[in-house]
Amino acid sequence: MNPHRTVARDPAALPRLLLTLLALALLWPGLALSELNLAVLWQADNLATMGKFVGAFWPPAHDTDFLDLLLTATLQTLAMATAGMALALLIAVPAALLASRALSLSALPRGGRPAPWAQALRWPVRGLLIVLRSVPEIVWALLFVRAVGLGPTAGVLAIAITYSGMLGKVYAEIFESVDQKPTRALLLSGSGRLAAFCYGTLPNAAGELLSYTVYRWECAIRASVVMGFVGAGGLGQQMDLSMRMFAGNEVASLLLTFLALVLLADALSRLLRGRLQ
Amino acid sequence: MTLSLSGVGLTHANGQAALTDLTLAVTQGERVAIIGPSGAGKTSLLRLLATALQPSSGELRLFGQQPWALSARQRQQLRRRIGLIHQSPPLPPRQRVVTAVLAGRLGHWSLAKALLNLIYPQERQAASAALARLDLSDKLYEHCDQLSGGQLQRVGIARVLYQGAELILADEPVSAMDPVLAGHTLEILSQEAQQRGSTMIASLHAVDLALAHFPRVIGLRDGRVLFDKPSQAVTPTDLEALYANAQLQVSVPASPVAPPVTLHIPRC
Repeated sequence: MNPHRTVARDPAALPRLLLTLLALALLWPGLALSELNLAVLWQADNLATMGKFVGAFWPPAHDTDFLDLLLTATLQTLAMATAGMALALLIAVPAALLASRALSLSALPRGGRPAPWAQALRWPVRGLLIVLRSVPEIVWALLFVRAVGLGPTAGVLAIAITYSGMLGKVYAEIFESVDQKPTRALLLSGSGRLAAFCYGTLPNAAGELLSYTVYRWECAIRASVVMGFVGAGGLGQQMDLSMRMFAGNEVASLLLTFLALVLLADALSRLLRGRLQ
Repeated sequence: MTLSLSGVGLTHANGQAALTDLTLAVTQGERVAIIGPSGAGKTSLLRLLATALQPSSGELRLFGQQPWALSARQRQQLRRRIGLIHQSPPLPPRQRVVTAVLAGRLGHWSLAKALLNLIYPQERQAASAALARLDLSDKLYEHCDQLSGGQLQRVGIARVLYQGAELILADEPVSAMDPVLAGHTLEILSQEAQQRGSTMIASLHAVDLALAHFPRVIGLRDGRVLFDKPSQAVTPTDLEALYANAQLQVSVPASPVAPPVTLHIPRC
């Protein structure tokens, strides 16, 4: 065999090259439209302003009064995120069960595809989930701040509405993505759908559900911080105040608190998943 | 009469005919083995009887009812009387054996009882008793992924025994067991079915097991019944005709459309 014989070129090379060029061509107008100009960052006076602000970060504020304030705000943020998630779950779980094809009885003899009428009945639920999650939580927060006044209630409601849409959609997809055979076998032996779900789908889906839920809780903490800026209380409101007063050391303490909260969520997720194994 | 088929045909979604013009009747308490070469339609027939597949033509009756003429709720009530033993039992890997067995009676339990038993297995005595029949009572609290294929098959059998099904359908129930254990397990399954007066239909690839444990044997080939007789009356000629190598003979293809002959030339 001749070692210098030319091997045919990789037939996938040309399509890959073209796709890369296409992606770049699509990105360029994006950069132009978003008016991104990194040079602004390096203008002398901008650099000086930022430098002064960031320079004030050290040492982080740690006087008792501020720490008291920080603790209250942290607890408020945690409570807002947790209460919002709890309310969101109340909507998301039933909606996911209704929207998912995993528990379809009509799909049993049809190789997992529900009958057209059953699929049509799922669409309103899917539509509801889409509506719930298509409006950003900050918009809901602005709305509720006007309706129920300044404070965490607005944040809780905003998180509950948006997150129920996200959780419901992803839960429904997780139910469909795990092995369907255990659930179908139980349905075939006459089991009710909820019981079949608990015995057939849940053991396979629990890990994924748990890690997604804890991740969403982490997101809810961040979202409640952002909503604080529009008056929904918690760490965000404190951050808004500190930023307005150019109190860099307080901002630094607040940022360290965020870091700690995200670490906490991460540790919690790991712990819970470890318990499940 | 537990079940009857008249002129039943089954065509898969891809247009391939799995079963053609089956006419069959099984009375309460009968034990029937289905044998035949791979692809003969044994699994399709069992799935049809378990109401996992809907016949494309003909009439299927289970316990005197036409399952596909019933409402969804009534069909679920009918299904709780049928237990299907799968060749590879569909059990979640992280589920404990006790829960997997208890799941057999979900059709009879209220949702509250089902949830309670999921959290704390109250009916563990009964589950343990079902497992003890198959020498598995020491595995009660093990996870399903810690069991071997043969042990899993026995958990699947224990679940159907615990279900108390009147019609036991078994698809290659002992295929992952060694010959001695396979015979022993079939013996227990037959005894249990006899004691409860349950009807049992099992597909088997081991002909000797079928002839030894089942009074009636059905030979299935290309989706049709080749013979249906008492096991003593099955002759070597019957078996030869049943298992004659389809690839060597130019037999009538199972699907009406023969696959077009294409020259396969690799591109690179």
